[in-house]
Amino acid sequence: MKRRDFIRRSVGAGVAAGAFMATGGIGRLMAGPARQELPYDLIAVRGGEPDVMFDRGIRALGGIGRFVKKGQSVVIKPNIGWDVTPERAGNTNPLLVKQIIKHCLDAGAKDVFVFDNTCDDWIKCYRNSGIEKAVKDAGGKMVPGNSKGYYQDLTVTGGKVLKTVAEHEIILKSDVFINVPILKHHSSTRLTIAMKNLMGNVWDRGWWHRNDLHQCIADFAGFRKPTLNVVDAYNVMKRNGPRGVSVQDVANMKALVLSTDIVAADAAATKFFGSEPSEINHIRYAHEMGSGNMDLDSLNIHRISI
Amino acid sequence: MKQTILRKLRVVLALVFGLVIAFIFIDIRQFLPEKFITTALYLQFAPSLIKFITTFSFAYIGFVVVLLLTALFGRVYCSVICPLGILQDVFTRVSLLFRKKRKRKIRNRYSKPFQILRYSILAVTAVTLIAGTSLLVNLLDPYSNFGRMVTYMAKPLVIGLNNLLAGGFKELNLYFIYRIDMVPVRTVLYIFPGIMLGLVLVLSVTRGRLYCNTVCPVGTLLGLFSSRSLFRIRIDASACNQCSLCEKVCKAECIDYKEGIIDYDRCVACFNCINVCKVSAVGFRMKPLVIPAHPGTVELAGVDGGKRRFLAGSLAWLLGMAGISMAQKSPVPTKQSTVPENRTLPVCPPGSTGIDPFNDACTACTLCVSVCPTQVLQPSFLEYGLVGFMQPRMDYHSGFCNYDCVKCTEICPTGAIMPARLEDKQLIQLGKAIFIRDNCIVHTEKTDCGACSEHCPTKAVYMVPYEGTLLIPEVNEDICVGCGACEYACPTVPYKAIFVDGNAFHQLAKKPDEQEKAEVRIEEEFPF
Repeated sequence: MKRRDFIRRSVGAGVAAGAFMATGGIGRLMAGPARQELPYDLIAVRGGEPDVMFDRGIRALGGIGRFVKKGQSVVIKPNIGWDVTPERAGNTNPLLVKQIIKHCLDAGAKDVFVFDNTCDDWIKCYRNSGIEKAVKDAGGKMVPGNSKGYYQDLTVTGGKVLKTVAEHEIILKSDVFINVPILKHHSSTRLTIAMKNLMGNVWDRGWWHRNDLHQCIADFAGFRKPTLNVVDAYNVMKRNGPRGVSVQDVANMKALVLSTDIVAADAAATKFFGSEPSEINHIRYAHEMGSGNMDLDSLNIHRISI
Repeated sequence: MKQTILRKLRVVLALVFGLVIAFIFIDIRQFLPEKFITTALYLQFAPSLIKFITTFSFAYIGFVVVLLLTALFGRVYCSVICPLGILQDVFTRVSLLFRKKRKRKIRNRYSKPFQILRYSILAVTAVTLIAGTSLLVNLLDPYSNFGRMVTYMAKPLVIGLNNLLAGGFKELNLYFIYRIDMVPVRTVLYIFPGIMLGLVLVLSVTRGRLYCNTVCPVGTLLGLFSSRSLFRIRIDASACNQCSLCEKVCKAECIDYKEGIIDYDRCVACFNCINVCKVSAVGFRMKPLVIPAHPGTVELAGVDGGKRRFLAGSLAWLLGMAGISMAQKSPVPTKQSTVPENRTLPVCPPGSTGIDPFNDACTACTLCVSVCPTQVLQPSFLEYGLVGFMQPRMDYHSGFCNYDCVKCTEICPTGAIMPARLEDKQLIQLGKAIFIRDNCIVHTEKTDCGACSEHCPTKAVYMVPYEGTLLIPEVNEDICVGCGACEYACPTVPYKAIFVDGNAFHQLAKKPDEQEKAEVRIEEEFPF
C-alpha cells in the first residue's frame, strides 16, 4: 500500500504524472513539449505511402528530435489488438511503426519499445499483424502485455468516473510515449482512434465497459498524455470494426495525422472518416474537460499533399 | 556374455520418451510443431486404439505396433514408451536416494499377482469401450493419467518458475522470457489426478510396478501378449548360484529365484535382473519350446515405513497447488447482472463433430488443454455428465476460440478431435450466441458498450439502434460459429449478457454476406 500512497501524494502534489517504478526510480514520463514550441498544432498528410507520409509530417513538425532526445527510451503504442493480416487494417500499419522506430533510433534513442494489450491471443497478434517483424527489423523491442504482472496500479487524477487503472509498466518506465493508433470503425465507440487506443495501455478494460465507456476513455486521455500522436489512416476499416470481417471492409485512404493534442488528432481523423467529432462522445467529453481541442478551425493546421 | 547393453538401452529410451512426452505437455512457449507431437505420441496404446476405432483408418495403428513389439520382446512398452510407467521408475529411483547409502537398492520379493482384480478391470474397461463409452479408459489409461498430472501439476510449477525469471529479466528491460497467466485448474479437478498420483507414488516406491500389474488395463492386456513373447528373460538353472539378487531387483516382483521361474505376464522388460546377476545366469533369449508352469506362491513383501514422507510431501504439494489455483481473484464487481446464463449444453471443441462422439472418444489426456493458445479449452468436471468426466470443454469465461486457429484439431491422439482445415473450421458452428438484454450494460446503464460485437469475427453479433444514440447488440445465429469471443468479452458480472449455448451436434454456419468494397466517401482531400 505504501507504493500506492506514494503515487497518490506525488501526483496530488503535482510533481508529475509519474509512477513509482519497480526498480525504485521515479517515472520520467512527461507531457510533450509545450505547444508553442512547435510550428503547428496538427499536421495532416494525404496521398503517400505510410512511411513517406510520416517522413514528410515529422519533418514539418521539426523532426523527431523535437520529441526524442539522445539516450532516451521511447515506447510506441500501436493498435495490435487483432489476429489479422496488415491488409485487413485491424492493426496499425507495420511500415509506419517501422519508420517511426527508425526516426527515433536515428535521433539517438537508447531503446524503442513496442507493445499492446491485445484482444486476440497476443502472440498471434504480434506475429500476424506484421508488427513484430517490422519492429525487429528496425531495431526496436517488442514488449509483452499479456499478463497482469506487467501492469502497475495508478490513481487517475482528474477522472470523473475512472479513478484507478493498472497501466503497463513500460509506459511508466519510458521517457517518450508515442501513440500510434489506426483509424477504424468501432462497434462500441463508433470510431477508434488515438484516445481509444490508450485502452491498450491498461489491464482491466471490462471495468471501463461497465462504467460509461466514453467517459472512462475521456478520463484516461486527460491523465495519460502521449508525447506525440500519429494516426494511421492509410488503410481504413469503414465498417464491421474494430476487428473487421474481410478485406472488403477496408478503404485505401492514404492519410496520416500528427499532433501532440490527442483530442485534435482524434477530431481530424474523425473528419477523414466522414463523421463529426462532436458526435463521438469520448471526443466531445475530452474536449469539454479541457484535455485537448476538437475545434479544428481554431487550430494551426499544416496540410501536406503528396 | 552379460547383456548389460539392454538395460542401458531401456534407460536411455525411457528417458527420451518420458522427457519428450512430458515436454509436449509443458511446452509453454509452444515450440513443438503439431507433426512432432503426433509422431511422438503415435505409439501411445489407448489413444491409438481409440483413434483406430473412431476413424477406422490404418494410418493409426500405433497400438498394433505395440502389440507386435510385446509379442516379440515382452512389455517393453511399459518400460520405455508408457510415460506413467517411466514416471514410476523415476519415483522408485528417487526414493532410493532417501535411503542410507548401503541400502540404495531395490529390495523386492516375488509376489502373487492379483489375477481376478486385474482381469476384471481389463474386462470392464474393454466392455464399456465396446459399448461406446471411454469413461474407464479416461480414468485408467496411463498416458491420459500422465497427461493430466503434468498439465494440472507440473505445468503450473514450470509457469511459476518462468514468471519468476520473467520478473527478473523485465527489470533489465529484457522480455525474451515473458510472463504467462495460466487459467487455474479448478480445485475439484485435482481430486482424481491427485489420488492417481498418490497411488502410483506409493505403489512405485513400495512395490515397484504393482500399479502396472494390477490397476492398469493396458499393462494387463499387454501381459496376455508378453506371456507368449518370442524373446524373454530366462534364468539358466545350470549357472544360477541361488543368490536371489535377480528377485530382489525385479520391479514387477515376478521372479522366483528359488524355482528359477519368471512370470512373463508381469515382466516389464526392465532388464535389472540381467545386470545384477554376478554369474551371468540371467539372459534375454528366445523362448524355449516348453512354456514354464505357473509360479508358486511366495509371501508378500512388507511395507517399508521410510517412504511415508514421500506421501506426506506429495499431499502438501497438492494442497499448495490448490492454493495456487485459488490465488487469482476476480476484480470486485461494480454493478451486478441479474439473469443467470441458461446454458443447456456445454460446448465441445471444433473437429469433435458433437458432444456424444466427443465423449465417446476422448480419454481426457488434456493435451488439447495444454496446447490451446487462448486457454479456452479447460477440463470439465461434470458439465458433460459422468461420461465426460475431466474431458475438455470450451470455457468462454477463460478464453475464446481463435478464429484462425486449428491447433487442437491437429494434435488429438485419440481422434476425439479430428483434423479440420482452417476454411472448414471457420464454418463449424459449435453453439449459438444468446443475448440476455436484461443483463446488458446498454440496457441497464444506458451507456455504450458493444464489447461482444467488437470481438465477433463474423459480426454475427452486431449493433442496432437503441434509445437515443445508443446501440445495442443483436445476434444473427446463421453466421455465428460459437467461438465465444462475445461471451468472453462481455464485461457484466456475475452473469454474462451474452453466452454460447452448445450444439449437441456441430452445425454448418453460413458464411458472412460478402459486402461490396468499402470506399473513401469524403470528397475534399482535407475535410477540415
